[in-house]
Amino acid sequence: MYKYIIRRILVFIPMLIVLSMIVFGLAKAAPGDPFTGRMLDPNIDPEVYEQQREALGLNDPIPVQYVNWATRIVKGDFGESMYYKGRSVASLVWERLPNTLYLGLFSLAITLIVAIPIGIYSARNPYSMFDYGATTFGFFGLAVPNFFFGLVAIYFFAIKLGWFPSQGTITGTDITGFQEFLDRIHHMVLPGITLGLAGTASYMRYMRSEVLDVLGSDYIRTAKAKGMSERNVLYKHTLRNAIIPIITLMGFEFGALLSGAIITEQVFSYPGLGTLFINSITNRDYPVIMAITLLLGVTILIGNLLADIFYSIVDPRIRYD
Amino acid sequence: MNQVPLLSVHDLKTYFYLEQNRIAKAVDGVSFTVSPGETVAIVGESGSGKSITALSIMKLIEKPGKIVEGSIHLEEKVISSLSSKQMTKLRGNEIAMVFQEPMTALNPVYTVGNQITEMIRKHRKLDKKQAQIEAINLLKIVGISRAEDVVNDYPHQLSGGMRQRVMIAMAISCNPKLLIADEPTTALDVTIQAQILDLMVEMKERYHMALLLITHDLGIVSEYADRVVVMYGGQVVEEAPTKQLLRTTKHPYTKGLLESLPNLKEDVDRLGTIKGTVPPAYALPNGCRFYDRCPLAMEKCKEANPELYQVNTSHTVRCYLHEKEEIE
Repeated sequence: MYKYIIRRILVFIPMLIVLSMIVFGLAKAAPGDPFTGRMLDPNIDPEVYEQQREALGLNDPIPVQYVNWATRIVKGDFGESMYYKGRSVASLVWERLPNTLYLGLFSLAITLIVAIPIGIYSARNPYSMFDYGATTFGFFGLAVPNFFFGLVAIYFFAIKLGWFPSQGTITGTDITGFQEFLDRIHHMVLPGITLGLAGTASYMRYMRSEVLDVLGSDYIRTAKAKGMSERNVLYKHTLRNAIIPIITLMGFEFGALLSGAIITEQVFSYPGLGTLFINSITNRDYPVIMAITLLLGVTILIGNLLADIFYSIVDPRIRYD
Repeated sequence: MNQVPLLSVHDLKTYFYLEQNRIAKAVDGVSFTVSPGETVAIVGESGSGKSITALSIMKLIEKPGKIVEGSIHLEEKVISSLSSKQMTKLRGNEIAMVFQEPMTALNPVYTVGNQITEMIRKHRKLDKKQAQIEAINLLKIVGISRAEDVVNDYPHQLSGGMRQRVMIAMAISCNPKLLIADEPTTALDVTIQAQILDLMVEMKERYHMALLLITHDLGIVSEYADRVVVMYGGQVVEEAPTKQLLRTTKHPYTKGLLESLPNLKEDVDRLGTIKGTVPPAYALPNGCRFYDRCPLAMEKCKEANPELYQVNTSHTVRCYLHEKEEIE
């Protein structure tokens, strides 16, 4: 078990290196360097720029530049933003990351709370009115684009009904403690539901088909033949088997929550990583773009790592491969 | 058979309501009894309704299936009218079942011990520790060496024969009165089959259980069963004590089944076959259900399905050829 986890973590390292190379390569492939578009001042000798380039190591061979960059990253130095003068990339990202993380977790919580019970109930009553309703909702959730659903939600629930705020993370700075917590949740409701819509639909569909599949299996019949109660059959024998594929799905979803937030955050003007990312692209703020891309990649890797670990806990057949 | 039967099934009808308003009459008026300590075999091809009969006794018929008629008694209990909660107290405790596929009949994510103890704890009200000791003990009884280790193994770590032994250990764990074995050896290697069957008979004697053995293998039947119920198209077509059935076979279907078995005494080039297949349960003919495949079919057979004729005190057969032999 521990061996498996350690081996899995070791595999994580080369993947991380390859990921960083891709991110670095993409940034290098983009035309220009930090001085492009700034050589307008005729009073500055082009020689000075050249000296600066030399000093910044921009004339070094690409592999050397990569190693230097990677070494700084390992030390936690992501450089400075080109757009927000004098601000380190790390501080910008750290400032936004919690907002996105809260939104992601909140959305994931809603997704699971809604999708799993509905999926189970649908599977236990297949082809019922409820099941057809859930299926319809599922197709709706998968078909409607995030941004469109977000806009409609703002129109009805924020503007027409006034139940929820349409943007931001918090009303004012004068509230603290539990009040602040509630206010943050209040702000997260609409973007959280929007972000989780597609996920809810797909988890629900997966859960339904998995539970349905497991309920028809021989070992469930055995459990019933042993005289196990319906509760026991469902919660002990069915769910643990049905949840295995869901864990894999959650591994992917973990990364997708952060990247998926890019559009949703934009729609709700939610000050998270997504809005920062979009702004950096518009401003050609390469260090920030690189840092966020790397971070998204790492979350996807971590998501998969966690999925693999949980997978091996839930399914004993995985442990001794 | 003067004893009070342990299990008595009377006029059982289990239908499946399929799409397009089709009704599959999987079990269509089956009656038989099992006495205490007796081994009764239900024999028939795939699709003859033998497994559905077994599942009906356990009341484990899933939608769209339904027991539409008939009564099932276990001693004085009327199983057919028990609530689903009362059934959970009876299943595993008074009637236990061993299934065909040991590879898939155990839950892959729980240890063997866990799956045995949960049953012991439910029916016998033992605590965790006692149940664990009992589980190890049961595994030893069914012939598993290193039972102390196997109890902590997962099903995928065991061979098919071992898993079937585990299933049997589970089945006997609460000392049931009746053990239903649904093709318990079909999925096993031939060398293991006899071991498992011998084990079941040994357990039957040790725990004074009755055994309802469901199989398509008449070879097994001749060796292990006291009495045979032959099923075809959801109905009983012949029933008799094993020896009598083998010696004075009446029904053409039973004869066909026997001819398809290899025989050491006679030298034949080719084993007999029964042409055709069992009619689908949703499209049963009006006449005799074996009419299309019967080498001795008569005009009469096409028109109406024969009754079960009692040809002597312990032998019944559903065939017009033996109508006149009926005793009062």
